[in-house]
Amino acid sequence: MAAKERIIGGHRGIHDQFPRKGGAAITATHYCPGCGHGILHKLIGEATADLDIQDRCVIMNPVGCSVFAYYYLDCGHVQVAHGRAPAVATGISRAEDDAIAISYQGDGDLASIGLNETIQAANRGEKLAVFFINNSVYGMTGGQMAPTTLIGEVTATTPRGRDPRDTGYPIHMCELLDTLKAPVYIERVSLSDIDHIRKARKAVRNALQIQKEKKGYTFVEFLSPCPTILRLDANGVEKFLNEQMEKEFPLKQFRDKSNEADPIVRRPSDFTKASLDRIFGIASDSAPGASPDLTFKAKNVKIAGFGGQGVLSMGLALAQAAFSTGRYVSWYPDYGPEQRGGTSNCTVVISGEPIGSPVTSEPNILVAFNRPSLEKFAPEIRGGGIILYDTMAGDYQAPDGVRIVPIPALKIAQGKGAQQAINTAMFGALSELGDLGISRESFEKALAQSFAKKPKLVPLNLEIFKLGSEAARKEVGAKLKVAVVAR
Amino acid sequence: MPAQLIAGNSAVIIGAMYAGCDCFFGYPITPASEILHEASKYFPMVGRKFVQAESEEAAINMVYGAASTGHRVLTASSGPGMSLKQEGITYIAGAELPCVIVDINRAGPGLGNIGPEQSDYNQVVKGGGNGCYNNLVLAPNSVQEMCDLTMKAFDLAFKYRNPVVILADGVLGHMVEALKFPDEAYTPSIDTTWAVCGNHETRPNLVTSIELDFSKMEKHNFKLQDKYQKIRENEVQFETYMIGDAEIVLVSFGISSRIAKSVVDAARKEGLKVGLFRPITLFPFPSKELKALADTGCKFISIEMNNGMMREDIRLATGCANVDLVCRYGGRLIELEDIMKKIKEVA
Ligand SMILES: Cc1ncc(C[n+]2csc(CCOP(=O)(O)OP(=O)(O)O)c2C)c(N)n1
Repeated sequence: MAAKERIIGGHRGIHDQFPRKGGAAITATHYCPGCGHGILHKLIGEATADLDIQDRCVIMNPVGCSVFAYYYLDCGHVQVAHGRAPAVATGISRAEDDAIAISYQGDGDLASIGLNETIQAANRGEKLAVFFINNSVYGMTGGQMAPTTLIGEVTATTPRGRDPRDTGYPIHMCELLDTLKAPVYIERVSLSDIDHIRKARKAVRNALQIQKEKKGYTFVEFLSPCPTILRLDANGVEKFLNEQMEKEFPLKQFRDKSNEADPIVRRPSDFTKASLDRIFGIASDSAPGASPDLTFKAKNVKIAGFGGQGVLSMGLALAQAAFSTGRYVSWYPDYGPEQRGGTSNCTVVISGEPIGSPVTSEPNILVAFNRPSLEKFAPEIRGGGIILYDTMAGDYQAPDGVRIVPIPALKIAQGKGAQQAINTAMFGALSELGDLGISRESFEKALAQSFAKKPKLVPLNLEIFKLGSEAARKEVGAKLKVAVVAR
Repeated sequence: MPAQLIAGNSAVIIGAMYAGCDCFFGYPITPASEILHEASKYFPMVGRKFVQAESEEAAINMVYGAASTGHRVLTASSGPGMSLKQEGITYIAGAELPCVIVDINRAGPGLGNIGPEQSDYNQVVKGGGNGCYNNLVLAPNSVQEMCDLTMKAFDLAFKYRNPVVILADGVLGHMVEALKFPDEAYTPSIDTTWAVCGNHETRPNLVTSIELDFSKMEKHNFKLQDKYQKIRENEVQFETYMIGDAEIVLVSFGISSRIAKSVVDAARKEGLKVGLFRPITLFPFPSKELKALADTGCKFISIEMNNGMMREDIRLATGCANVDLVCRYGGRLIELEDIMKKIKEVA
């Protein structure tokens, strides 16, 4: 890193001086002599200048020796976490459709810690140029084994040479990515000598031309000299690349689909309120909101049954009915250890003032679709409460002072050939109990609204709703005397 | 504005979209997944950008990338995913990028379960990743606030160029309540003084958190601390209920504060002078306000779904060593009766 070091043959796309680096040697790079990063920086800089895309380029500066690419390359820069460059580049490329994202990464970064991000970005076909420096070692941290280290190669962590029985084999990134459908361009080149660099230069340009045209994912791997870590001189490292690395990592253009690939153009974001109001259906589906009514005594309704019986949607419909009446409401689906065990329940709170806890341990009303739910929640119902349950659950001794009303909900639904509408029959029965301060019309409207996506089912469900409410009326009439005695 | 019944997780997306959020990156995890689902449904309808990332690490790094371009960006997750996001969050804090992260807290440690907990308090309020940094943390306690505070979070994120975390839980995410839709929709503009957008104007810009020079690094750290101090002075938000004559003050945030409020009502009916102090911002923590309360001689009970993480902050703020605690952690909500029992013990 001598102060008099200069970039040979001009410096298109590269800053004249490197003030971001600081220090005295303002035109010298921080790279070791003979390092491949310097060569590749120059190839990229020239290509961005010649293709006139410097303004559009954003380079990911990875963890590794090239973390300071921003000292040199004259375009936008983002420094990123170890291995995450393709994810960061995805964010940039999605947010800014015209940006050209360049993910510049070493082999530890790309093929080890960031392998997942590498493969997934490639598989999504992100608009992204990946430039992969394969120097067969971790450079910056002192020459540990990389996924690309050759068999037998001595590194800081393979002091006896890489032994495949302990560490597996060198990973071939081009070949791996070539199994994916989305990438547009994949090539492996080398930076070992002038002839190779000329081909590498072409590959850089091909990749960036594809990016300029927004055509998708490109991947170029560069076999790259790291004389410092490999403890080799210029000739030695050239020979290492040409004779050993190339044997393991054959140079090849794996694919070039740039002629068939269509540009990826994403439409601009729409921030208008009108569009948001439309997609959220604000005009069509809204109520004026709740208003305080301190004369209304809050009601807590617990609805419980097997999954698939429509317990949760009945709760939502109840909440909707109460809400359209101007009440404060909350609906909460309880999930406990039994969530996957086939039972489900929800709590609906209806109130004349803002609601405290949306989950209550003492419901006023229990709607139980089956025996286990009845047994589990009935003891929680306080005096003056009501239990509605399906007749199929059998006889049940209600707690003191609790009105208990069996409803043949399943039978009603089955009678109409719609077993799954058991919740509609129960909903009808609940409407009849009257204590909720919700009109029948509000119940029916909420029911119809819950079938907004299947309007054909509305008439049948209204019929079942009616049968449910009739059944409740009959039962309430008969049971009232019993309840009074029990109290 | 008209209202609809909406689930908390959906309200987050509504708030984000009216706040001009342009990109969502996420990864599935219960009980936060509905945020991802809603984003995948609604974002593309208006040309906003949605990607299901390959992991939470990837998601937060996509956030980092899109935030670098100056756009409004959102991600959402829960405990195990939040742990993975810490890497990205410290980079975002270090590079001073704005973004909003929603944490629908579930029970832990490890895989835990999907019931509600508030045990991510430390990892989001105290930093969580490496280095000296803070997130702003907002704790909604209703579906309305899931929307409103998400909107506010974007404003704060851009005002301070800092990550803002919405700390909620599975109950707030899944419960349905009335939501008044936002009155306005925000059209964001890009601040080209720092963003890197891939255009001529921003070509000289650099987003980074690396600084090799020790004294420059320290200077940057001091600058961050100055910013956090300004946040402490200006952004504290809290709510009180019946604290005027309270001898016992329940301190509680998020869903627990809803239960605590019911307890205050019940206690008052029994003639007990109980009030509620509810921090809405957890960072900045309303220390000054709690200290003023402590000076009136009242007793504090911290009500939280963890092992007393916020209690530590109450102790620090008030200088009271014996702040009582009622807590559940394992997926259960705190029971009204348990708080009542403690109140009677303390009274
Ligand atoms: C999460 C994390 N782990 C480890 C490191 C330490 N680290 C810095 S550079 C580096 C190696 C990078 O090697 P490579 O990608 O091969 O690039 P090179 O240095 O060879 O150019 C490592 C492990 C880090 N910065 N972050």
